[in-house]
Amino acid sequence: MNHEHRPYTLIAELTYRCPLRCPYCSNPLDYAEQADEIDTATWLRVFHEAEELGVVQLNLTGGEPLLREDLELLVEGASKIELYTNLITSGIPLTFERLARLRALGLNSVQVSIQSTRPSVSDRIAGSPSFNRKLEAMRWVTSLELPLTMNVVLHRDNISEIEDIIALAERVSADRLELANAQYLGWALKNRAALLPTRDQIERARTAAADARARLRGTMEVLFVTPDYYAAYPKSCMEGWGRRFIVVNPEGLALPCHLAHTIPGLCFDKVTQRGLADIWHHSMGFNRFRGDGWLPDPCRTCDRRATDFGGCRCQAFHVTGDAGATDPACSLAPDHDYIESVRTQTSLTAEMPILFEYRTDRGSSPR
Amino acid sequence: MSIATSKIRLSPKVRLRFDRRTGYDMLLYPETGLELNKTAMEIARLCTGEWTIDEIARHLALIYVGVPPEEIKRQVHDFLDALAGHGLLQDLP
Repeated sequence: MNHEHRPYTLIAELTYRCPLRCPYCSNPLDYAEQADEIDTATWLRVFHEAEELGVVQLNLTGGEPLLREDLELLVEGASKIELYTNLITSGIPLTFERLARLRALGLNSVQVSIQSTRPSVSDRIAGSPSFNRKLEAMRWVTSLELPLTMNVVLHRDNISEIEDIIALAERVSADRLELANAQYLGWALKNRAALLPTRDQIERARTAAADARARLRGTMEVLFVTPDYYAAYPKSCMEGWGRRFIVVNPEGLALPCHLAHTIPGLCFDKVTQRGLADIWHHSMGFNRFRGDGWLPDPCRTCDRRATDFGGCRCQAFHVTGDAGATDPACSLAPDHDYIESVRTQTSLTAEMPILFEYRTDRGSSPR
Repeated sequence: MSIATSKIRLSPKVRLRFDRRTGYDMLLYPETGLELNKTAMEIARLCTGEWTIDEIARHLALIYVGVPPEEIKRQVHDFLDALAGHGLLQDLP
């Protein structure tokens, strides 16, 4: 096996259904049209095939994975093959009893996302009254002695709460705090004008996060990801295309990242039609941006090409129309002036009232 | 916790998992993990709550004959300090 391309993590998007309607949702824009979810047996087979490929981490996510009635069976199956299983959830709909059951079946950690520390704001962003239930879910996680990650997607409307967010994470005894700036793809790209913080906001948040990281060292890990639009270089998207991650979406499409299939001209396969190992090693989609043969200028000769792999292919496509271009978030990219103009626009419109376009609630009712 | 004096134990959120591809353990924790080399694996496997850092270093010195004990102790310290920094060691009474 080529170690350079060994997946460590399977991201299992169990469903696109979700009781929340966050305007930065990373699910595809047309999710509501996608009704068919792969079944329990198929998921269990995918877990096995992933483990054989080298996967050791399993992220059960969505949408809201708790809406899958077979979640217990999936956790149990993953545990049998020693995958480290993480539940990535909004905390809704959950009961203490169900969480205790999942833990007993082998669940290893839980990530709960909140939208804001202010209940009314959190509920407005989520598009549903949910804040207090999330707090309760986080308390259940720690009372069951499961490791807790608190995740907050930062954007213009909540980034100024950074100190309160850190304080809340301490209060709920989180093991990790993920301060994840919204990635401007999917729904977040559609709502970018309302979401992208100003440079000042980002700098203040980054400083607060660094202070907390130093103060809480050994107790709580504080992760802060600078949004691409304010970074000098692009992020190492998925740690390289088809290199460390496999995403399998609710209908069974195996992908190098959760939005790869929104790039036209790439061909991806369903796990119901082709084995995962075959897809990983041989499919056109997974191989398209592997290695450095495909790299454009200036990446081709750049010292950072083994660090950031040319950045995010989806962002390159959505901004430049060419998925094979250098990620425009890179200050060396030919199309970087687009990112700069968005930043300028953001600083000018920072005081304007914020309007979101919500995900609709179609398709989100429990079956 | 003070790794200088305590008996060292991995946090309950950590799982060591033997990796049949590399022949060494991986140290897994929420949503991520570390690929251990041979030495790191030997140290991690001794983090059972029975030994202090000095005892772990002395044990490794028996395996790595010829490596200066100070160098072994420094490596054990650096590795355990990094784990402690990620919250991957447990406080023991």
